[in-house]
This record gives sequence, structure tokens and C-alpha cells, in this order.
Amino acid sequence: MSDSTVAVSNAQAAHEHPEHPEHPPYQRHHFETMEQQVDATGFAMWLFLLTEIMFFGGLFTAYLIYRNWYYPAFVAGSHQLSILWGTLNTGVLITSSFTMAMGVWCAETRRKAGLVLCLVLTFLLGLAFLGIKTIEYSEKIEKHHVPGFHYSLKSFTDPDSDPEAKAYGDKPLPLDMARHTEMYFGLYFAMTGMHALHMIIGIAILSFMIVRAQAGAYTTGHITFVENFGLYWHFVDIIWIFLFPLLYLISRHG
Amino acid sequence: MSAPHQHQHEQENGHAAHDEHMHIVPPRIYVIVGTVLLIFTAITVWASFLELGVFNPIIALFIACVKATIVVLFFMHVKYSSRLTKLTVGAGIFTFLTLIAMTLADYFTRAWGRW
Repeated sequence: MSDSTVAVSNAQAAHEHPEHPEHPPYQRHHFETMEQQVDATGFAMWLFLLTEIMFFGGLFTAYLIYRNWYYPAFVAGSHQLSILWGTLNTGVLITSSFTMAMGVWCAETRRKAGLVLCLVLTFLLGLAFLGIKTIEYSEKIEKHHVPGFHYSLKSFTDPDSDPEAKAYGDKPLPLDMARHTEMYFGLYFAMTGMHALHMIIGIAILSFMIVRAQAGAYTTGHITFVENFGLYWHFVDIIWIFLFPLLYLISRHG
Repeated sequence: MSAPHQHQHEQENGHAAHDEHMHIVPPRIYVIVGTVLLIFTAITVWASFLELGVFNPIIALFIACVKATIVVLFFMHVKYSSRLTKLTVGAGIFTFLTLIAMTLADYFTRAWGRW
């Protein structure tokens, strides 16, 4: 009996199918129109980005609280960062956001070669960002500024022994305040590390997209994936736009 | 009422993806936005070397907020998006700022009057 029910419903489905309204092959069946599908996926992507904002928001709040409590330690800690590398990396990331935006435009206007070029440029600029970050991290490792058992207070209790601290004319910090520089570097590595992890994930997705774009996947009118990845990439850019002044630019003046 | 406009829009983007409901931001806008972002980066680095007291972090954060707003509006297409997207973004930023403001109001006033 159940068999016959299935048979009947199958027959009905087969009968109804020719009357199914015309739609592009990439439109899912649970959406009435392509517009509805595009709106729903865009909305979902933004909801995901809001959870990301809340996640980074916790780190930013921790930063603001400790900066308020241990301001001299945060000033001395930020003097250890290279403003040149930081500014250069900001430029690299903004340029990668620009190439990504151009990639979305190429997909929208069905320019396959342009899309592949833009994605490759975004990919390379992302790698350049991580390369510069590696140089910066290795400087911190060499100077024992990574929080942990080997953390060194020498740059902060004896600033004249440290070229970066000396360049800013830092005064020696009392021992209890000098120890709080470890909190600054803890937040520095947590925030830039989490940002770098997002970059690594983005670069991995980009390499997948480059292969798919070469096969012509995003230049047939269905650009949702490129569009939403663009939102993700720009979001990672925005996080850096706030990290850069907060971590690098604390009291650079005399 | 909006039919003639829509028709014209369709013709403009004749070979565009997704049909007429999609707004395509021209590359000219992206070039301007990218350049403005780089200029603001230079300004914020320059401003950090000035002696401005409490205004140093305020200016740095203000410039960062301007840059983020430009990215959201143009690179992320929110200026051209549906009201649902605009409302979602606005509600998210509002919630985020509320949570930060309430947390900081707590921490910054714990030793109130005891210094």
C-alpha cells in the first residue's frame, strides 16, 4: 500500500515537473526567485560576520580594559613594534581588499581572465601580509617578548639596552609595571594571531576559488560565492584597520 | 511606475549576472575608495607622531571608524544593498557598541572615588 502511495506521488511529481517555472540551473528549489536566494545568502553571510564582530569584540574589550589599567606598559610595549612594517602591512591589506572588490566586479560582468587575475593578486597580497607578519613575529621571538616562561623584561626595566626603546627615550618602568608589558604582548599575539588565522583561512579559500574561476565557475551569472567571500575578506581588512592604530600607534610622540 | 527605470537598468547591464535586481558598483568607485583608504592610513600614522594628549587615541579611532565605514558602504556594497542588509549591519554595530559601552562603564567605575 505504501508502495502504491509512493508510486502515485512520484507520478504526480513527474507530471508537475514540466509545469515548474523556468529558472537558472543554480537556483535552489526552496527559493521562489533568484532574487530571494541572493538576498537570503547575503543575509546569512552578514549574520556570520556579526558573530565574528562579537568574537573580535571580546578581544577589543579586553584590550581596552587592560590598556586603561596598565597604560605605561602598553606605551612601552607598542614602542617595540615597527611602525614601518605595520604601515606597509596596512597598505598591503587595503590593496588586497581593492583587488578583491575588482574581482567581484569582474565576476558580475563575466570577465573570466580579469577575475582570475584579481583573485591571484589578492592571494599574493594575502601571502605578502603573512610574510611581513612572520618577520615581525620573529623579531619578538628573538627579543623574548613572547609571553611565557622565557619572557624578558630587560627592554622595559633597562630601556637603554634596547635600540627601539632607546629611540623613543623610554624611561625605565618599575618592575610591577614592566611585568604588565607581558599582558600587552599577550593581547598583541592573541589579536594579530587570530587575525592572521582568518587570513590563512581566506588564502586557502582563495586558492580553491582560483582553480574554480579558471574552470569558469563564477562567470556564468552565479557569483554568490565570490560575492560572499569578498564580504569575508573585507571584514578581515576592517579588523586590521582597528588593530593597526590600537597596537602600533599608542603614543608614538616624544 | 518604476517599470521604465527598471527597463533602462536592465539594458545598461544587459550581460550582467543575476538579472536586474543586482547593482554593479563601477571600478571607478573602487579606485577612489582604495586611494582614500591609503590616504587615511598615511594621515593616521602622521597624526600619531603629534603631541595631542587625550586626543591621540580619539583621532586614531575616529580615522579607523571612517575607514571601516567606507569599506562597509562601498567595498561591501551596503550602500547599494537591500534594507534588510542595512538593518542587519546597523543592528549588529548597535549591539556591539552597547556591549562594549556597558562593559567599559563597569570596569572604568569600579574604583570610583577611591583615588
